[in-house]
Amino acid sequence: MAVSDRELAELTHLKTPQKLDPFKGVKKLPLEEYFTSGHRTCQGCESALVMKLMVKAAGPRTIVLGSTGCMYVANTTYYSTPWVVPWMHTQLGSSGSAALGASAAVRALIRKKKIKDEPINIIAFCGDGGGADMGVSGISATLTHPEYNCLILMYDNESYANTDIQLSGSTPYGAHTTFSPPGTKKRIMHHRWKKNFAAMMAAGHPTCRFVSTVCMSYPVLAMNAVRRALSIGGPTFIHSLDPCPKGWDYDPMLSHELGEIAVETGIWPLWQVEDGKLALIGKTRDIADNRFKRRPVRDYLLKQGRFAHFTDDDIDYFQAKVDETWKKWVVPGVIPIAKEVDNDAPPV
Amino acid sequence: MAEAIATPPAREAATEKTSLITGSEAIAIACQLADVDVITAYPIRPYDTVMQYVSKLVANGEMDCEYIVAEGEHSQFEVVKHACACGARVFTGSSGVGWMYAMEALTVTPALRIPVVAMVGNRALDDPGAFGVEHNDALAVRDLGWQLVWVDTAQEALDTALIAYRVAEDRRVFLPCAISCDGAFLTHSQGIVKVPDQAKVKQFLPAYDRGDLLLHPDNPITVAPQANEDWLMEIRRQTAAAMERSPQVIREAYASFEKIFGRSYGNPFFEEYMTDDADIVLVGMGTLSMPVKVTIRQLRAEGKKVGFVRMRWFRPFAAEELAKSLGRFKAVGVIDRDFSLGAPYSSGVLATEVRAAMYGAGAQQPVIGFIAGLGGREVTVPDVRRMSEIISAAAEGKRQPPTQWIGLRE
Repeated sequence: MAVSDRELAELTHLKTPQKLDPFKGVKKLPLEEYFTSGHRTCQGCESALVMKLMVKAAGPRTIVLGSTGCMYVANTTYYSTPWVVPWMHTQLGSSGSAALGASAAVRALIRKKKIKDEPINIIAFCGDGGGADMGVSGISATLTHPEYNCLILMYDNESYANTDIQLSGSTPYGAHTTFSPPGTKKRIMHHRWKKNFAAMMAAGHPTCRFVSTVCMSYPVLAMNAVRRALSIGGPTFIHSLDPCPKGWDYDPMLSHELGEIAVETGIWPLWQVEDGKLALIGKTRDIADNRFKRRPVRDYLLKQGRFAHFTDDDIDYFQAKVDETWKKWVVPGVIPIAKEVDNDAPPV
Repeated sequence: MAEAIATPPAREAATEKTSLITGSEAIAIACQLADVDVITAYPIRPYDTVMQYVSKLVANGEMDCEYIVAEGEHSQFEVVKHACACGARVFTGSSGVGWMYAMEALTVTPALRIPVVAMVGNRALDDPGAFGVEHNDALAVRDLGWQLVWVDTAQEALDTALIAYRVAEDRRVFLPCAISCDGAFLTHSQGIVKVPDQAKVKQFLPAYDRGDLLLHPDNPITVAPQANEDWLMEIRRQTAAAMERSPQVIREAYASFEKIFGRSYGNPFFEEYMTDDADIVLVGMGTLSMPVKVTIRQLRAEGKKVGFVRMRWFRPFAAEELAKSLGRFKAVGVIDRDFSLGAPYSSGVLATEVRAAMYGAGAQQPVIGFIAGLGGREVTVPDVRRMSEIISAAAEGKRQPPTQWIGLRE
């Protein structure tokens, strides 16, 4: 039974997913929740909020695949699952493969008329350890498959927070983690700069149509990024910065505020790349357009116990590195390649 | 690469066709006949020939599936695991250290009760590099809930692949199945194969129905939440019970296969060769049956009553049936194409399992282990003669070392 021309055409062409219009403000959000009680995350956990608003944005016709991490171990417990949509555990480094496999199955089964033809959202999430460290290979591969509709969302709380706060490739310079404790001889045990992961994904996968950074301190922006990612077609990637009271060592009531300060200091730029075009978003746009002056990183660092061992020199160094991202990078805050000569204009 | 001499059969073929094909191509054709939905490939010799055949079937429009070239074996097995959870019939495979690279995915697949069917082109593990057959790759998952079957010919490879889908996807089982084909000796060697026609395959193999375990918005379940000590043991026991139900499902599948296709494999779990009046037997898996059977015919001509038992299903292990069969002989020699360093008596994996099966059933006969044919080294007629002599001596009451390496340069 050879496939027909029409089926062959379907094999090689993108099937347009559903259209999910952006929410027009926090008062216009639907009331329905698809991530409810039952999770056991810490007070002030921003990542749990990411989960809740991510599926709220996606709606009920969604399959969520969750790799190991806080949002599995603490969040999804036998007999008390918070998930109203179908959910499946996936291995630590497998968010890319999970999204690809589920999307491939849905595509094949719909084409072969084994299940009803309807748009089904596939979302796979991972933490920074499962994504930016272990999962890079699989996520990268998935983003090269334009025919599979899926979203990979990385919730980045800047450490392996579920296993006792160990440093990851996403932990900021100098932070105190249980694998990088300040000691009597070495004040700074973690000398690596945080991976610029979302930009890696955007720059490295020319056929991936949508990559965005988000922060749940700006929930409508973040939810609309999820809706865009699910309706544009093909594999997409979202990177969320999630303040973590336990891992960052601050009062849980400050979670929302710390997310805002991360953006206002220019440490966490909000942007999206859609079909190869970069747009800076919200406060980040204001910083770039000189409508808003970046706050000093001191405001951000000193609110967190993980930087309590920082001297003024350390803070100055951190500030200088952040300044560099805004003054030297070819695309400020996004692409970490410096111009060869200062007046060399970036490609438009 | 060797091309099939006969053209692949059209799906509508009303009658069985005969083709000269390799073991790998036989399995690719089985995937086509089984209407597999999602296939993942990644190159490693020797299994990857199966994916070269699959990709050609897809390119020629003879097979309708999602064919994904993954970026590593871990992803290869994770992709099909999730596809299978969403209701797709899947196929994948690997060899040697590639299989080991997928180990995390291999570990969770049976625990999730996901009936992935995979081909292992058995290959020696690195280091040092070797392309040839060793069984340690597939055997590495023997404790985890994978059903493991070893085949001998291209025909058996094709038939067993169809049987594997039927057994793995049976709701009573829902456990993955790996079909082991000896690297080069089967993956790359052609044999005459009767290719079943599509209508009969449809009759034999029902559609994969994941039932209430399906991951779909109509069935909002949470799969594999964190269970901890509260429930892990009960869940593990359910997986064990599924494996315990597997032998009966295998028996039914072979009986149905014989009825529909008219080809019988006798006892599904192991093949017996010239055992009826044998004094001693050799036991082994896979393609070493060829030199063993040839040698046995020579020995028979000399009046020596030697038989051979070729294990097909290693998991589930048909311990009672095997012990009953082997209990008839004066001594047993087990040929391992694998190693298990530090194991009891330094034996290979199969010898240790055969001893456990026999002595647990009260047998007293000597069971001698042989390590042979590692890294794809041929097991030769003189090798088999040597093993036969050792077993004969053991049968006469002469004490033999419990494990011996055969065909080894000193």
